[in-house]
Amino acid sequence: MDSIIMETAAPETAISEIAWTHVGSIDDIPVLGSRVVRTAQGDIALFRTAADEIFALEDSCPHKNGPLSQGIVHGRRVTCPLHGWVIELATGEAVAPDEGRTGHVPVRVEGRGVSLALGEAKLSRGGCRKACGHV
Amino acid sequence: MDMHLSSNNGPAVEPDAAQPDAIAPEGAALRIPGPAKERLVVVGNGMAGMKTVEELLAKAPGRFEITVFGAEPHPNYNRIMLSPVLAGEKSFDQIVLNSREWYDANGIALLTGEAVEGIDREAKTVVSQSGRVVPYDRLLIATGSMPFIIPVPGSTLPGVVGFRDLADVDAMLAAAAKGGRAVVIGGGLLGLEAANGLRVKGMDVTVIHLMPTLMERQLDPSAGMLLQRELERRGIAVLTGADTAEIVGDEQVRAVRLKDGRELPADIVVMAVGIRPNMALGRAAGLECGRGIRVDDRMRTSDPSIFAVGECVEHRGLTYGLVAPLFEMAKVLAHDLAGGEDGAYTGSVTSTKLKVTGVDVFSAGDFSGGEGTEEILFRDASRGVYKRLVLKDNRLLGAVLYGDTRDGAWYVSLLKDGADVSAERDTMIFGQGFGGADGGDPNAAVAALPDSAEICGCNGVCKGTIVKAITEKGLTSLDEVKAHTKASASCGGCSGTVEALLAATLGDGFKAAPTVKPMCKCTHHSHDAVRASIVERGLKTMAEVFQAMDWTTADGCASCRPALNYYLLCAWPGEYKDDYQSRYINERAHANIQKDGTYSVVPRMWGGLTSASELRAIADVVDKFAIPTVKVTGGQRIDLFGVKKEDLPAVWADLNAAGMVSGHAYAKGLRTVKTCVGSEWCRFGTQDSTGLGVKLERMTWGTWTPHKVKLAVSGCPRNCAEATIKDLGVVCIDSGYELHVGGNGGLHVRACDLLVRVATEEEVLEYTGAFMQLYREEARYLERTAPWVERVGLDHIKAALVGDAERRRALNARFLFSQSFSQDDPWAERAAQGVDRHEFKLLADVG
Repeated sequence: MDSIIMETAAPETAISEIAWTHVGSIDDIPVLGSRVVRTAQGDIALFRTAADEIFALEDSCPHKNGPLSQGIVHGRRVTCPLHGWVIELATGEAVAPDEGRTGHVPVRVEGRGVSLALGEAKLSRGGCRKACGHV
Repeated sequence: MDMHLSSNNGPAVEPDAAQPDAIAPEGAALRIPGPAKERLVVVGNGMAGMKTVEELLAKAPGRFEITVFGAEPHPNYNRIMLSPVLAGEKSFDQIVLNSREWYDANGIALLTGEAVEGIDREAKTVVSQSGRVVPYDRLLIATGSMPFIIPVPGSTLPGVVGFRDLADVDAMLAAAAKGGRAVVIGGGLLGLEAANGLRVKGMDVTVIHLMPTLMERQLDPSAGMLLQRELERRGIAVLTGADTAEIVGDEQVRAVRLKDGRELPADIVVMAVGIRPNMALGRAAGLECGRGIRVDDRMRTSDPSIFAVGECVEHRGLTYGLVAPLFEMAKVLAHDLAGGEDGAYTGSVTSTKLKVTGVDVFSAGDFSGGEGTEEILFRDASRGVYKRLVLKDNRLLGAVLYGDTRDGAWYVSLLKDGADVSAERDTMIFGQGFGGADGGDPNAAVAALPDSAEICGCNGVCKGTIVKAITEKGLTSLDEVKAHTKASASCGGCSGTVEALLAATLGDGFKAAPTVKPMCKCTHHSHDAVRASIVERGLKTMAEVFQAMDWTTADGCASCRPALNYYLLCAWPGEYKDDYQSRYINERAHANIQKDGTYSVVPRMWGGLTSASELRAIADVVDKFAIPTVKVTGGQRIDLFGVKKEDLPAVWADLNAAGMVSGHAYAKGLRTVKTCVGSEWCRFGTQDSTGLGVKLERMTWGTWTPHKVKLAVSGCPRNCAEATIKDLGVVCIDSGYELHVGGNGGLHVRACDLLVRVATEEEVLEYTGAFMQLYREEARYLERTAPWVERVGLDHIKAALVGDAERRRALNARFLFSQSFSQDDPWAERAAQGVDRHEFKLLADVG
């Protein structure tokens, strides 16, 4: 696949307005694994699923701030290494019965290059400004 | 409601000025001015108050604008589960009932850490500690109770705590962390749960009880004595008939002095002599009060706008301190607030269970005996079972059960119904399932219960409700029943009954399902079945297992993948390629993750031996990488805490350079071989225990096992290496060596079973290899040797290792073969050869 945009922008926000930060290549992230990007807003964990999808979450479990980047990736979820909470990679939501959410960051994959829309993420609230279509 | 109220509650209900298009998270309704709703203010964020709110939301969602004040700084939690938190069986997060998100999602303004100080009944407002004034249309007081502190000198000293809230538990845990002595005043339900928790946490615990037997309000003297003996067996000292005179100390509690002059040293004193309804707020507001805030059958106080529920109330002259009556009150009040007409609370029949793991105590009703009553007694001293039923006019009045509490629910239903029991009176002491073709079948017992029988006393869930949920919603597991009905969701005491009910309701459908648990939600196959298939069908990769065994997920989950990875590794040594992404983080990073995301590093010290050069190298590493904490472990090694992940390869390189390798302190594998100094130096030593320990460690290091494995060698029966609580322990004797297996320290201490005595070191090594391999091949993933030995029985292990020399040799040979692939130092591979380099590096730094 040449160019995939993992999470499409909502129609009211033009992609051109979004500032994308290149962080590396998809090949740098192991399949079913994770790598960390250090940003001014804190550490962001990038995950790669078996289907080569890339997701980015705040590297902090909503439960006790466990580093999600150190967890086990399965399906489109990651299990936190500290107490076993399961987090949805696409939304940062904790899987029931646990409740909580961690911030997620819009990701773009073009060719093998991976970029993050850091300005669009509202990490502490767990939401993002619609750039990824998720509210 | 005023906007300022919501602002304390996080951003969810507050418009974001900087981003006007911000979308609130799902479920968090923005406060839009609409038709004015009635305002309900709840004082007290505990179980009774919030149960009322939950019931009210279910019956009449959106009817009230609700504000909740909680004096504690937490969301609402399951107070009755504080005992398991203290005992370390549950974490605080596991007992949270409603998260802050739940309050948000239901539009409830939650103000925690803010006590209400006064009620202005004229103006219909409450005022809080911080001066916040909140108006109400209806006010609910649910302030609960306070521990009763007996007014002896010293009762206000630091170190004297109650057992009421999380702050008390934290204080006890902090004291327990330092070890030392605890004195618990009060041998009732709470006192004994506190004593057990502190004992489990390693303190020396003494219970002081004024009355001649423990829990005299819930148990008769015979059951009280049985309980006392069990607690003493667990190492808790019990002093009955003991009256506290003074708590001694200057700036901190030091001891408890009894009226007879005895002084008991204490680092912490837990006061658990009873509770007092917390009615100060109601009394100050001029509400009618007795022992609690007086309420009528509809939970109204003397002010028609003000209601009260829970431990703070007095109803028909009684106060309650158990959860079931509180929940019944909450239901009645919610019904009333939701506009229902005919609800009435008429008092409760209470039953009690002690939440001390492994101690089954149950009582219900009035068992004091007296004129006109008859008793039916059952004793089985060797099994530790005692049952006593009290009857009057052929109706059950009370029941006390010790050691076998399965029929508690049945007795409670007989009590509540007030049914004539003449027909079953001959056999009722044996329980409901007794007699006929159903003899002893617990499923038959629940099947015979009427639909109105209460199964879950905490949440007031009847059999009919559970059966209906099982059949209509197709429930098949305890967890599902818990989620849909709340049965067994509080204290969990009825979970066995709920399971029996599942079995009885689903009948053959339930029995046809495998009685063994599936590995995880990805499959219906058990651990044993998957393992057998791997070997028999020659499945050699995880993908083959998923395919052949009909996995329901594409790539498993965090529970099955590490297990499968181990099973494949064990079945196909040298062939199967370890799946790195199916390892827990500790095994992936070859270090132990800590709560702050840093790691700890433990180099191997063979048999606990070290040298000046190793110690010097460790000291240099500590200085060079500014490692904050250095600790000697229980396994005779040195642990370096607080190492940053990106520093790990460099730390390992320096340790490797001094000849040290990974201690595998993070592995489901061989950890340590603890030794005493043995015959080389010790005047009692019978054999070279240190040397044998080093040989055992050289042979077994690097192996992967179902769970961690710890060995030890003691040089004589004085057993300084504590070998008889290890997975495999060797005790040297004059004539050779004793091999002990299946021991465990920790939460549930299990002493080893003696496997065999042998004469030579060679035999010790062969038995050890064979035992390791049997454990590797037969135990389920994450099953320590102690539960494995208990599950399969010592005879099974003896038959394989002692009774069958050929099998023993074959097992040992398979172990050594597998070791030939596993003894590479993982630190050297990563430090020098760059294996898994990405694990220790940031992808990018754009900060």
